[in-house]
Amino acid sequence: MNQQFSNDLIEKIKVENLNFYYNKNNDNKTLKNINISMYEKQVTALIGPSGCGKTTFLKTINRMTDLIDNCKVEGNIFIDKNNILKNEIDVVHLRKKVGMVFQKSNPFPKSIFENIAYGPRIFGERNKVKLTEIVENTLKNVALWDEVKDRLNQSALGLSGGQQQRLCIARALAVEPDIILMDEPASALDPIATTKIEELIFELKKNYTIIIVTHNMQQAARVSDYTAFFYLGELIEYTSTEKIFTNPSVKKTEDYVTGRFG
Amino acid sequence: MTQVVYKIKKKFNSFVLVTFLATLIILLILGVIFYDIISQGISHLSWEFLCDKPAEEIRMGGIFPAIFGTALLVLVMTVAVVPIGVITAIYLHEYAKNNKLTRLIRVAVNNLAGVPAIVFGLFGLGFFIQFIGHGIDNMFYGGEIVYGRPAIIWASLTLALLTLPVVIVTTEEALRNISKDIREASFALGATKFQTIMRIIIPNCLSGIITGAILAISRGAGEVAPILFTGAADLLPKLPTSLSDQFMDLKFHIFVLAQSPDVKNSTPVLYSTVLVLLLLIFILNLIAFILRSQLRRKFKSH
Repeated sequence: MNQQFSNDLIEKIKVENLNFYYNKNNDNKTLKNINISMYEKQVTALIGPSGCGKTTFLKTINRMTDLIDNCKVEGNIFIDKNNILKNEIDVVHLRKKVGMVFQKSNPFPKSIFENIAYGPRIFGERNKVKLTEIVENTLKNVALWDEVKDRLNQSALGLSGGQQQRLCIARALAVEPDIILMDEPASALDPIATTKIEELIFELKKNYTIIIVTHNMQQAARVSDYTAFFYLGELIEYTSTEKIFTNPSVKKTEDYVTGRFG
Repeated sequence: MTQVVYKIKKKFNSFVLVTFLATLIILLILGVIFYDIISQGISHLSWEFLCDKPAEEIRMGGIFPAIFGTALLVLVMTVAVVPIGVITAIYLHEYAKNNKLTRLIRVAVNNLAGVPAIVFGLFGLGFFIQFIGHGIDNMFYGGEIVYGRPAIIWASLTLALLTLPVVIVTTEEALRNISKDIREASFALGATKFQTIMRIIIPNCLSGIITGAILAISRGAGEVAPILFTGAADLLPKLPTSLSDQFMDLKFHIFVLAQSPDVKNSTPVLYSTVLVLLLLIFILNLIAFILRSQLRRKFKSH
């Protein structure tokens, strides 16, 4: 399977023997012995039927799983060679480096400006000029600037669903992450807004490593370079997107991508 | 007459009629009370009455010290109860694990709401005045009585205790209504729990907190029993100048007037005082209400 990955790729995230338990008191694994490497400035799509563990897997990468009471994580996740599952790691800095965009757009009930300035402010940026600059740049990055530049001080809740989701992406970009995790970022959007998000992912790939969970096979095929297929907590197949959709090596993968189950 | 009833019956079914009549009765009673108070109270109402000191003779003088006292009492109470209530609610909702102790605290808070007001009054006398007040006097004033006697601060704190459950419960309700999504968004940006609470959660439940404050003010401004032994004075023309002074209070003044044997002279004063108390509570509520709706407008969509 390795010949599918070109040699000049730089390994950004390396996951070793990852197990995840939602309840640490029993042996029910949500993720079973996951081993995977994800590469810098590539888009990796995670696909699989509901409940297969792809979102859980995504959340272990920026330790959002810490918010779940009573769970247990085993194994190692290296980001730039640092094991982020070690206890002594600074979660705040990890999450600054690994941004996240959620399934449901979740802008803060604040102004557009304040939504984007929130992250930088948390990390101590107080200079109004600098903040204005960050807001403008990130909004331009997500192609939202022209639509909202005249109403930066209005509530973000007044934006449309697609605009809100792009705002959330801009908000994640404002703290200058390396990696962006996206959990079905377009699942609640109409086709036009979805297209915009997909174009945006294509654009962001130049500077960021992106991992995207999606239920939409066409979307995975359109936006990603590599695709990982999860089933019942196991990583079944991980290879180039082209191969997984045209010539998967595992029968289960083929059944799923052709829509025979899931 | 029967025709009218028949028509009404045709329009509503009998259950709707019962609910409608019940509402009507409440409205009627309220209407009668208001009509009585306003029609009888307005005659004695004047600028003099509002702005003057009370005089020995009941019909003379005004009730300014009582208005001032009640406003100050409620203000100090609010300043005390809102922060404590909000912090408690934040602890219970955001930090406390869902275990026996937390459940016990919740039960205690709910029971606190059911304790009769007079018990709070006696507690205030025993705890605040005898214990804390005397303690302060012994420690800082060499035994001279400064805080160890009824005072506006003790009355306010006693009322704060009484209204604490209201603030805790409404704040917790507001915290529960904040969606998990925006908490997650904040954590995912690298915010700590404390930052999330300070910058996202508290600003978003401000309107809930103000609702709690409104309820606390309405409750606190209407209770006499807790301040009976803790600070209210019968007749005290001098305004309180420090928190350790006694004060006049509108509802306590009403209580005193109502016991006056000189019914003929005290009745018009009594009516006007009640009217002023109602107006004061109304104004306090109105201020909080305007504050809240402005906050809500600020972050409504569009």
